[in-house]
Amino acid sequence: MALDDRKSEFSFVGTRPDRPDGLDKVTGRAKFGADTSAPGMLHGAILRSPHAHARIIKIDTSKADAHKDVKAVVTRADFADVPFKPGLEGEFWNVLENVMAGDKALYDGHAVAAVAATSALAARDALKLIEVEYEVLPHVTDVDKAMAPDAPVIREGAADYSVPEGMHPNVVRYHESGHGDIEAGFAEADLVIEDSFVTEATHQGYIEPHACLGMLGNDGKGELWCTTQGHWIAQKTCAALLGIETSQLRVTASEIGGGFGGKTTVFIEPVALALSRKANRPVKVVMTRSEVFRATGPTSSASMDIKIGMKKDGTITGAQGIFRLQGGAFPGAPGDMTAMCGFAPYNLTNVHQVGYDVMANRPKQAAYRAPGAPMGAFAVESVIDELCNQLSLDPIDVRLKNAAYEGTKASYGPRYERIGLVETLEAAKAHPHYAAPLKPGQGRGVSCGFWFNHGGETSVSLALSEDGSAQLMVGTPDIGGSRASMALMAAEVLGIPYENIRVTIADTATLGYNDVSHGSRVTYASGLATIKAAHHAVDKLCERAAAKWGIPVDAVKWENGCAVPSGPNAGDFDPMPLADITADMGSTGGPISGHFEATPEGAGVSFGTHIVDAEVDPETGKTSITRYTVIQDAGKAIHPTYVEGQYQGGAAQGIGWALNEEYIYGDDGRLQNSIFLDYRIPVASDLPMIDTVIVEVPNPGHPFGVRGVGETGIVPPLAAIANAVSNAAGVRMRQLPMSPPRILAALKDNG
Amino acid sequence: MVEVHLWSGLRSLTGGLEVVEVKAATTGELLRELVRVHPQLQGPIDAGVSVAIDGRVIASGLTEPIPEGSEVYLMQRLRGG
Amino acid sequence: MSKFHVSTTVNGDTVEYLCDPRETLLDCLRDKLNLTGAKEGCGTGDCGACSVTVDGRLVCSCLMLGVEADGKQVETVEGIAEGDILHPLQKKFIEYAALQCGICTPGILVAAKSLLEKNPNPTEEETRYWLAGNLCRCTGYDKIIRAVMDTAADLREAS
Repeated sequence: MALDDRKSEFSFVGTRPDRPDGLDKVTGRAKFGADTSAPGMLHGAILRSPHAHARIIKIDTSKADAHKDVKAVVTRADFADVPFKPGLEGEFWNVLENVMAGDKALYDGHAVAAVAATSALAARDALKLIEVEYEVLPHVTDVDKAMAPDAPVIREGAADYSVPEGMHPNVVRYHESGHGDIEAGFAEADLVIEDSFVTEATHQGYIEPHACLGMLGNDGKGELWCTTQGHWIAQKTCAALLGIETSQLRVTASEIGGGFGGKTTVFIEPVALALSRKANRPVKVVMTRSEVFRATGPTSSASMDIKIGMKKDGTITGAQGIFRLQGGAFPGAPGDMTAMCGFAPYNLTNVHQVGYDVMANRPKQAAYRAPGAPMGAFAVESVIDELCNQLSLDPIDVRLKNAAYEGTKASYGPRYERIGLVETLEAAKAHPHYAAPLKPGQGRGVSCGFWFNHGGETSVSLALSEDGSAQLMVGTPDIGGSRASMALMAAEVLGIPYENIRVTIADTATLGYNDVSHGSRVTYASGLATIKAAHHAVDKLCERAAAKWGIPVDAVKWENGCAVPSGPNAGDFDPMPLADITADMGSTGGPISGHFEATPEGAGVSFGTHIVDAEVDPETGKTSITRYTVIQDAGKAIHPTYVEGQYQGGAAQGIGWALNEEYIYGDDGRLQNSIFLDYRIPVASDLPMIDTVIVEVPNPGHPFGVRGVGETGIVPPLAAIANAVSNAAGVRMRQLPMSPPRILAALKDNG
Repeated sequence: MVEVHLWSGLRSLTGGLEVVEVKAATTGELLRELVRVHPQLQGPIDAGVSVAIDGRVIASGLTEPIPEGSEVYLMQRLRGG
Repeated sequence: MSKFHVSTTVNGDTVEYLCDPRETLLDCLRDKLNLTGAKEGCGTGDCGACSVTVDGRLVCSCLMLGVEADGKQVETVEGIAEGDILHPLQKKFIEYAALQCGICTPGILVAAKSLLEKNPNPTEEETRYWLAGNLCRCTGYDKIIRAVMDTAADLREAS
């Protein structure tokens, strides 16, 4: 689609109406994962390994089976025999192994058995009746140690084609890319800095624990209600793990209490269904917070080496990164994404990047908002900041000098289409924040960030009612106000009021396949599909109007919610409003609906620039964020308030990752901080207001110019905050989180 | 003919080549031809790849046309959160 | 284990339930009274999603036992609106987009209402510290704080 064809004047898009589900969500009546029940319902509970790595010698469930309140007990034997394949090809096997352990327990919290009983308390009590005999094995939780020659092997044969010979079996995927001559690049530089960085695993930290209600009969037909970012992937995965046909399992997505990538897969859902099949009753399973931390997807931890050469004028002459990511006891750590995103903001002649996917005895990593990108940006942008400091260059000027633009060859290969990085940097430079004076003890940091964004399979259906209102069915769970943006886009095309459109998240039985609400794809892909579905309906409305007027359909156009005659072969008729056409649609050709099914390709990559001021207390090592500004390219903001919300939320999660949050393992390989008291996410009193600037450089791949905005906002904060803290404390911080003890230690080392 | 740029990690599967020429009019044909010419590329393609055509990233579509003379990159399949 | 009979008042209604002595007030509200507005985010009093008031005092209902509610006055998110009239905080939260996923919203509304009843003119800092026991992972709190403070200003003007 050429830029010129794209719509740029809008009536509804860009306004800020109340969200359609607002009332439900402020009155407590919105139904989330745990808010439902069914007649005859049982409660499930899951027994989890206390060991980081252990062979399961024997599971004796006889006492639990015999208990009067217990109606079903399941172990791995109650699931389908899914074939094992290396790497991510065997993802169904990986998920099954994670959902219920096979021969070995692979991390502290790994599920080994489950029960269904007549009450939640009875189920919890019954877990104590299950006897598991373990042979404890040596374990490893650190990424560098997991790659060392003497590391315990988690699973032989898990490595895919990409891993060079001679590497430890825990290295399961390998990525290498770049272009130019990296050594020649370093030789050209006036200053080369080489440094190493570490980030700890963090959790998405959604406030709603995983919850589901499953019912499955021995006829292979089932129903599942669950909190998920994608109910079709839940349907497909559960069906595979239980050995039933996909279409026989109907999955309904509840309202979702946060996901951020962590609810793009299944954990308890297949367990609830397996219990239900055995008990022949509905089974509800709700995780505790501790289970969420121990057994659902944290992000990867990372160890990274960066080398960048720069000329005195700020030109980057060469950039190299080695990114080692640990993703738990399964393939999937996004070392490839980290490698591909790390240098993506820059126009580089010589660049080389390597990414490792490494297994360790930790829970299976799950996607977390731009998975892989934030840690890479932390390492890369820290080195750029240090180069700026040592060469006395302005950090925004240096980034502008090297910034990628349309036609730049990306560090990951192809040339960029129209992108908005330069615009975010220029907006950052012009922002009052960047010129504001700093107080003693404060430091300022900036960072850029990049994320790919995603399209994905998308189905949307729109049905008109006789009174001229519209029902829009989308298949992407609303994780942050997307019903509002869908209704705005439909209103824009149909020309009827926003309030006249009811948006429903359809279940798997009432709409075609939809990819997960991930990859910042919802406003882009479901939005594009909504626009096309609305156009499909408009075409039919125009046909009906043409027939009523007795003129050719190409003599009718759609304007402001009305069919209007247009062109030399049209007669002189008054505009015919949508409701006049729908009023008798049953007798003029039947119900009018529009639909669209496709995999839109053209999500459009996304960039942001953040500015942060931080103050470090030299006595306690505590960091306060005193000012924060997010500048990001949205392509086109459909509902600007919710775009701002995405920017602010990404920044806040980044602040947590940078300063507080981490998975802490003991020498025994057990997670030591599995509650919110000990795993401390930012609270209201930790944060300042978060300013936002929405830059709009339209995406050529979307009819209204939309780029996804959900993920990019978490990419710059780690680096921007590390740069601010390093500048405030006068010492380069190379490990996240920059918790008070780490800052005190760094200050002490620095004398 | 289309020149397909591979990421450098794939060189070991193509006898050191980082640019491979194949005859293809669509993304699907391109992947089939790549495997025909270099059978070892089956592994990465099965694991998931995306194709960038003149900078536009085709995440998974096999029917996207490849215009004559366009710049084509093979990329690892993108994933999101 | 035998169950206890509890008689209490929730949002002005007299209610009764039987509960196991280990069950929390949150369990009883949700599972016995079908008031699922209060959420369990942690079960350890750290997230505030289960916030309710008991005899006017803001509590985490996951830290209180169901049996302890006997004879008390409990208020939950379901009781904030008066009939079909939303509380000004509820209206402002929608207007300001002070929620994204909405799971923390019931607890935050209960807590914010409790704040404004005690302090009609809170500073930003007071608002942030009062709500520090209510975790929100989506919004970064910016729009929540603005919504609460702006509601306070409106209420002051109206009174």
